[in-house]
Amino acid sequence: MTVDVTTHAAALALGDDALVLSHRLGEWAGHAPVLEEEVALANIALDLLGQARVLLSMVGDEDELAYLREERAFRNLQLVEQPNGDFAHTIARQLFFSTYQHLLYAELAAQDGPFAPLAAKAVKEVAYHRDHAEQWTLRLGDGTDVSRERMQRACGALWRFTGEMFQPVEGLTVDGAALEAAWLACVTDVLGRAGLTVPEGPRTGAWTAGAGRQGLHTEPFGRMLAEMQHLHRSHPGASW
Amino acid sequence: MATAAQAYDRTDTAGQDAYERAFDAAVAADERIEPRDWMPDAYRATLVRQIAQHAHSEIIGMQPEANWITRAPSLRRKAILMAKVQDEAGHGLYLYSAAETLGTSRDELLDKLHSGRQKYSSIFNYPTLTWADVGAIGWLVDGAAITNQVPLCRCSYGPYARAMVRICKEESFHQRQGYELLLALSKGTPEQHAMAQDAVDRWWWPSLMMFGPPDDESSHSAQSMAWKIKRHSNDELRQRFVDICVPQAESLGLTLPDPDLKWNEERGHHDFGPIDWTEFWDVLKGNGPCNEQRITQRTRAHEEGAWVREAAAAYAAKHSHGTGGTGEQQA
Repeated sequence: MTVDVTTHAAALALGDDALVLSHRLGEWAGHAPVLEEEVALANIALDLLGQARVLLSMVGDEDELAYLREERAFRNLQLVEQPNGDFAHTIARQLFFSTYQHLLYAELAAQDGPFAPLAAKAVKEVAYHRDHAEQWTLRLGDGTDVSRERMQRACGALWRFTGEMFQPVEGLTVDGAALEAAWLACVTDVLGRAGLTVPEGPRTGAWTAGAGRQGLHTEPFGRMLAEMQHLHRSHPGASW
Repeated sequence: MATAAQAYDRTDTAGQDAYERAFDAAVAADERIEPRDWMPDAYRATLVRQIAQHAHSEIIGMQPEANWITRAPSLRRKAILMAKVQDEAGHGLYLYSAAETLGTSRDELLDKLHSGRQKYSSIFNYPTLTWADVGAIGWLVDGAAITNQVPLCRCSYGPYARAMVRICKEESFHQRQGYELLLALSKGTPEQHAMAQDAVDRWWWPSLMMFGPPDDESSHSAQSMAWKIKRHSNDELRQRFVDICVPQAESLGLTLPDPDLKWNEERGHHDFGPIDWTEFWDVLKGNGPCNEQRITQRTRAHEEGAWVREAAAAYAAKHSHGTGGTGEQQA
């Protein structure tokens, strides 16, 4: 494996994002509001898991990395580890992340760097994820009073985790400020069309920005990892 | 069956006889009955019951396996399991569509499932206690389902038969993956082997019960076979399944928990021990280990999702007026 250390940091960050969000979406199986969403959420989870496996394999053994690292060694955004909450929370998280991932992968695909092959494939998948999240944002925002209120609350609750996406990541050669401006324009447009207001709270803060990328996570994450890793850890060295 | 496709007048007794004769002739000739064809009310009711129960089984059947998605021990296995549970939701969708061709609706059928007026396969009332259960379900439960369902690909009702063709292809794939999962465990560490054996010990008898009560106690069988909805009897299919599983268990390096299981040269089949029908009826009546849990989870998902479905409907109503064709009505 000829990947240098800076590429490792970036592959871990992007791989952990995909791995953790995929896990969260997997928790929906059997709980979705309508059968079509069972299919859709599992589909997105599978795409993300596929991306995670490619990215983690650039760094080392995918299973060792997924199952044997402690919480402090994970480099994912705090946004993606947030619990599913209700359907609106899941959709808000998905809207914020898919929009970011789509812009990021489009750029990485164009750059011809180590992530170009992955990004070229993944950008097509993520375009679907983004469309799915946008369509649901419109339906919830412009649906009933109840759904608008829930969607607005979900956007507000997750807003403080969105600044972290634009912090610099070692080995990731993107212009964070430009990415952030593009992201904000897209999200503002979708929320506006959905009849929702762009949350006013801060998008960064001492413990909510740049923290996940440094292995500082929110409390629900440890419990998520305990569940994810327990079987693998119970059988050291076994293959499955 | 174009001969019977005209409007049907219930007060016309002579006409009804003609329709019935045309229907019987079509079934006898192995022709497919299609949604707009005339069919006996009882044939329609039997199909709705069977297809709905089949659809419900796919949906409830997601739960025991989804129980392990978040704990799958490798990323490869996690991806396989997620894809499988996703396929099951898709199978449920095909089957509800097939049932809807008979004049019912998905909402109505889900309502009957939630209120206990329609059943699902009793197998899904057993718990998945270890990772190996995921493999045992793939190998045995999907194996039994396939044995049951392959003949349904030739069922007399066209939409059901066509749904089964698609479903059986995917099920066979899942079944091989389940077998392969168990094989990896069986050939793994002693702990993994023991886990695989324990799972097979727990799932073997419930899988045999999936074929339904013995032929002399099966109330719908004779009529369903006459209508070519069913092609083989419960006991016939159960025997076929046992004969398939015995050599597979051997190559897995696992034993089947039946001391009476042995090859009968004279019959050309395996003899096997008696099934505990008391347990079968108990589970069917709602007293299995997970009946309560399964329905509660399903009902809760449905109820907690009501506001989402209402939002989608309200949005569609707002945006489907006027010229239409915006492509935004399809949530």
